Amino acid sequence: MNRNYAAQLERVTKRYGDVLALEDVTVRVRTGEVLALLGPNGAGKTTAVSTMLGLLRPDAGVASLFGTSPNDVAAKVRVGAMLQISGVPPTLKVREHIASFAAYYPSPLPLDKVLTLAGLEDVADRQYGRLSGGQKQRVHFALAMVGDPDLLFLDEPTTGLDVESRRDFWRQVREFAEGGKTVVLTTHYLEEADALADRIVLVEHGRVIAEGTPAEIKARTAGKVVTAVTKVALERLATLPGVTRVERVGVATNLHTAAAEATVRALLNLDDSLYGLEVKGVSLEEAFLNITGGAGPAVFTPRAPRAEKVEVLA
Amino acid sequence: MTSATIAPRAAEARPRRNLLKLVITETRFEFLKMLRLPVYSVATLAFPLMFFLLFSTIFGSAEAQGVRASRYLLATYAAAGVVSAALFSFGVGVASERGQGWMRLKRVSPMPSVAYFVAKIGMALVFATLVVVTLSVAAMVTQGVRFAVADWLTMLGVLLIGVFPFATLGLAIGYTFGPNSAPVVINLLYMPMAFASGLWMPITILPPVVKSIAEFLPTYHYAQLVIGTVGGTPLGNASVHLIVLAGFTLAFLALAAFAYKRDEGKTYG
Repeated sequence: MNRNYAAQLERVTKRYGDVLALEDVTVRVRTGEVLALLGPNGAGKTTAVSTMLGLLRPDAGVASLFGTSPNDVAAKVRVGAMLQISGVPPTLKVREHIASFAAYYPSPLPLDKVLTLAGLEDVADRQYGRLSGGQKQRVHFALAMVGDPDLLFLDEPTTGLDVESRRDFWRQVREFAEGGKTVVLTTHYLEEADALADRIVLVEHGRVIAEGTPAEIKARTAGKVVTAVTKVALERLATLPGVTRVERVGVATNLHTAAAEATVRALLNLDDSLYGLEVKGVSLEEAFLNITGGAGPAVFTPRAPRAEKVEVLA
Repeated sequence: MTSATIAPRAAEARPRRNLLKLVITETRFEFLKMLRLPVYSVATLAFPLMFFLLFSTIFGSAEAQGVRASRYLLATYAAAGVVSAALFSFGVGVASERGQGWMRLKRVSPMPSVAYFVAKIGMALVFATLVVVTLSVAAMVTQGVRFAVADWLTMLGVLLIGVFPFATLGLAIGYTFGPNSAPVVINLLYMPMAFASGLWMPITILPPVVKSIAEFLPTYHYAQLVIGTVGGTPLGNASVHLIVLAGFTLAFLALAAFAYKRDEGKTYG
C-alpha cells in the first residue's frame, strides 16, 4: 500500500448477505486533499468509510490508512472520525467526554482549544444528555478533533443541521483543511461536496461511477429537466436541441436537457396542444442517471413498464 | 528521498501515551457515568439496603445455617447487590453503548480495547464495595452486628470475587441483545436465579426442590462461599464452590467472545 495516500481502498468488495454494498471499489485519498464521497442514501458511502477505518473487513481487496493496516495503533492516533452515531453516554459532561478521548492520543489538543474549536465553551459543564441536537453534533466533532488528527473522517456530518449551523460547520472544516490536513467526507448534498471538496467521488449502488473536481462533476450534472404533457413521440423528442434523455412518467414526459431554453422553444413549436410545462434543476439522483445513462447525446432510455403506459396513451 | 529517514525519527519523537493514566481516567469516567444514572446507582445501592432493613428487622434474632439471621442476611443481600451491580453495569452498559454507536467510535479511536473492560471491571468493583460498605454500616447500626477488621475484609474479598462471573455473564448478554431487550433478559435471569439461590430469603426455608435446582446456578455457589465468611456453616464444600464459579466465568467469557465475534462483522455501516 502506498504511503503517499492518507487512506486507500484498493479493489474492495463488501457484501451483507445478498446485498452487495461495495463492488470492486478503489478510492485513493491523497495527503492534504478534501475528498467527498457523494451519493444517494444507501449508495455504500458509509460502508466505504467504515472499511477504510477498519470497522468492517472487506470480503475482497485491501483497506489501508497511511500505508498501513487501519487497525494499527500508529495509524489510529493520526485519525479522527465523526461517524453517524445516535449518541454518547448521556450522563457524562461535555468536558469529561473530551477528556476521556484526549487520554487515547499521544499529543492531544488542550481541552480549552477543543471547546473553542467546536463552539462548546458555554456548555462544557453540561451533561451530554441535556444538549440540543446541534450541540451534540458539535461534541461528536470535538471528539474527532481532540487527538489533533492528520486525517479527519466526516460521515454525513451535517445531516439534521439547520442552514446556519451547516455553514458554520463548513467553515470549521475549511479551517482544518487549510492547515494541510486531509479530510474524507461523505454526503448526499452536491452543494456540500461543492463547498468543501477538492475532489468528488460519485458512488452509487456500491460502485464508483464518476470522479473529478467539483467543477467537472457539476458540469456533468448542470442540466435541467423540462416536464410537459405532450403527444409527440419519445423518439422525436429525443432529437430536440439539447436533449440528452427522455422518459415518460405517468401522463407527463421528462426531457433531460443541457440547453433548457432551446429545448422549450423547439418543444412549443412542435406541439401547440402541449400543457403543464415545468422547468427544474436536476436532483442528484437524476444527475446520477444522466451520468450512468451514457455520455452520448439523445440517449433514449424508456423503461419497460413506462413504455407500456406510452402505448395506452397513444 | 529524505522522507524515508525523517519518518521514523518523527515517530520516535512522538510523546507516548501513559497507559496507566489512561485506564485510571477511563475508570473514573465509567464510575461517574454510572453513578449519575439513578436507574443504576439507586437500584444497585438502595434495593439491597431496603430488603436488608426490612427482613433483618423481622427475622433478625432467628438463625439460619448456624448463624444469626442479621449476619446471614447481610451476607446474602450483599451478594445480591454485587451480582446485580456486575450484571446490570456490564449487560445494560454494553448493550446500550453498542446500540448508540458509541462502541464504534471507541473502536476507531486508538483506545486499547482492554482499557474499556478494565474500566468497567474497576467500576463494578467500586460499586460492589459501596454496596458491601452500605449494608455493613446498616447491619452495625440497626442490628448491632460486629466484625473483626480481618473478618470483614475476608467477607469483602470473597464478595468481590462475585464481580467476575456475573460481569462476564453481563458481557455475553450485552453483546447478544439490543439496548431495549438487554435489561429485560437480565431481570428474567437475575430474579429467579437470586431467589432460588437463597439471596433473598434463606435457602434452608425454601422447598428442597429449589435447592436441587440451585446447585446448577452460579449464584448459589457464590452465596454459600459468602455465608462461610460471616460465621455460617456453608452447604457443600468451599473449594467445589470456587471451582464451579471459575467454570461459570470461563463459560460466560467464551459466550461473550462468541457474541462479540458475531456482532463485529454485522454492525451495519
